[in-house]
Amino acid sequence: MATGTITGTAARSSVDLGVPQVDRSHERLYWVLADCWNVVRRDLLHYRRLPVLILWRLGFPMVSVLLYGFVFGSAMRVPGGGDYREFLMPGMFASTMAFGFMNTATAVVTDTARGVTDRFRSMPMSSSAVCSGRGLADLTVAVAELAILALTALAIGWRSDGGLVDTVAAFGLLLLLRFSLIWVGVWCGLVVPNEEAAGGLYAVVFPLTMISSVFVAPSLMPAWLAPVAAWNPVSSTVQATRELFGNPGAGGGTWVEQHAVLMAVVWPLVITAVFLPLAVRRFQRLSR
Amino acid sequence: MNDRGGPAVCAEGLRKRYGGTNALDGLDLHIPRGTVHGLLGPNGAGKTTAVRALATLLRFEGGRALVAGLDVARDPHGVRRRIGLAGQYAALDEGLTGRQNLELFGRLFRLGGRRARLRAAELLEHFGLADAGGKGVAEYSGGMRRRLDLAASLILAPDVLFLDEPTTGLDPRARGEVWDTVRTLVSEGTTVLLTTQYLDEADRLATRVTVIDRGRAIADDTPEGLKNRVGGDRIEVVVAEAEDLGRVAGIVARVAGPGAGPETDEEGRRVHAPVSDRVTALTEVARTLRDERIRVEDIGLRRPSLDDVFLRLTGHRAEVA
Repeated sequence: MATGTITGTAARSSVDLGVPQVDRSHERLYWVLADCWNVVRRDLLHYRRLPVLILWRLGFPMVSVLLYGFVFGSAMRVPGGGDYREFLMPGMFASTMAFGFMNTATAVVTDTARGVTDRFRSMPMSSSAVCSGRGLADLTVAVAELAILALTALAIGWRSDGGLVDTVAAFGLLLLLRFSLIWVGVWCGLVVPNEEAAGGLYAVVFPLTMISSVFVAPSLMPAWLAPVAAWNPVSSTVQATRELFGNPGAGGGTWVEQHAVLMAVVWPLVITAVFLPLAVRRFQRLSR
Repeated sequence: MNDRGGPAVCAEGLRKRYGGTNALDGLDLHIPRGTVHGLLGPNGAGKTTAVRALATLLRFEGGRALVAGLDVARDPHGVRRRIGLAGQYAALDEGLTGRQNLELFGRLFRLGGRRARLRAAELLEHFGLADAGGKGVAEYSGGMRRRLDLAASLILAPDVLFLDEPTTGLDPRARGEVWDTVRTLVSEGTTVLLTTQYLDEADRLATRVTVIDRGRAIADDTPEGLKNRVGGDRIEVVVAEAEDLGRVAGIVARVAGPGAGPETDEEGRRVHAPVSDRVTALTEVARTLRDERIRVEDIGLRRPSLDDVFLRLTGHRAEVA
């Protein structure tokens, strides 16, 4: 670290503490990006310090893969036939993305409750970097999560029969879903009062992922539940990725299932259009 | 840079409404550079709201505030480059080490990686955390967290430091450490605005104290002046038998000397009176009571509390929020 004797004190530093004057717009843009990167970097340091964290976060989907794939899998039916584990994997990818919003919400509420958000806001940094950095960090982690999950899937026999473009597009749609849910997470994190209350959000996410085509095709559900599951935004991403990966269970009888790829783009855009402004407004209201 | 000679903080008529109540109801505050100013008041008096408004975290609806010579409402970004803020909770990232926390904040203060690292090392050394710098903050004690939090608020060596109840929840040793830090900072030219619920904290640190109640300054004085308004230390004797009260009042009156005579509280079997020389008064009264064989349940010296100051200044007890 610092070599030689340290001569500075709290009020008088031996380091030049001049902060760059930001006047021109390109300088401003540079510092917005630099601030954003430093917020991302902070999050990535958590994983470098405790790499086991990422395994923790993958614990639930991995256990689900094993439970549903091997324990229930033999009793599960796939409409139109096909291997249940092949059917399940796109669902696991999408539900991991959906559950990811909990991580965003928890991180936001932790920072706010502990005063870290206020510290950022009292500093001469770009305030938009607090949210954009959070989002970019979560997206980076989501890429890592998908990579590890895909390797697990390959290990238990899942394959993508789609071409390279379709396969990449499928992962792109998964990240798009995660992206849209970042803003739901930021908004929730700013709305709930503390970390304990944030835990209650599971009550929202759990049905959101269960009442969908993640584990079971909506056509096999009771008539009153099937449309709910089919119109669930998570279902559209699941169905679209099944289609693009060439996995069994793609398609379906309803309009929304037949236009899964379209809806897997439309839903996240709608969610972003609603929750991004809500999250930004909520953040600005911290100074009320 | 700007207006170096002017006051560190100058607020006039700050107003802030929450729901139907006035959190700040025309607060005035004037703090010369290089001093420690205490903001004293019970929970809910508006102390934290005042600090948040001055630290650019809260928009206020009326009034004007200059911090380090800059207008808080018009140039919040400029103000942020000249202030430090440490709140009631240590605002740190528990998932990082102490050093990583300071480097993170240094980078976000736009010092860049190299200067952020150097400044972090300097502050860790200064706050006696050099050895603990590589440990996770989750493993830190309450006192260590508070020191790291203070260090984080001092990264840019700010002109004005806001401390919102910096010693709440700390043990006496950690509290003393915070006090020493504040004294050192001020001796090096920093201005400190400190909110506190404890009169003795304001007494030990502050050059001047503003007492705040319902969002308004109700007194602005030196700690000495405030205490004089309430009266100084008091000696207090609780007797075992109520019939001894008269004799004890006589003894206390003789020792306490002229001026305000002793007050007797029949119900509590208690006699109390103001004293100037604490130790002499206590030993004298204790010796006389023993010589006259009066049975005593309790005897002691009492400093005026914030409650006493409040009662005297406002006519009502401090409300516990």
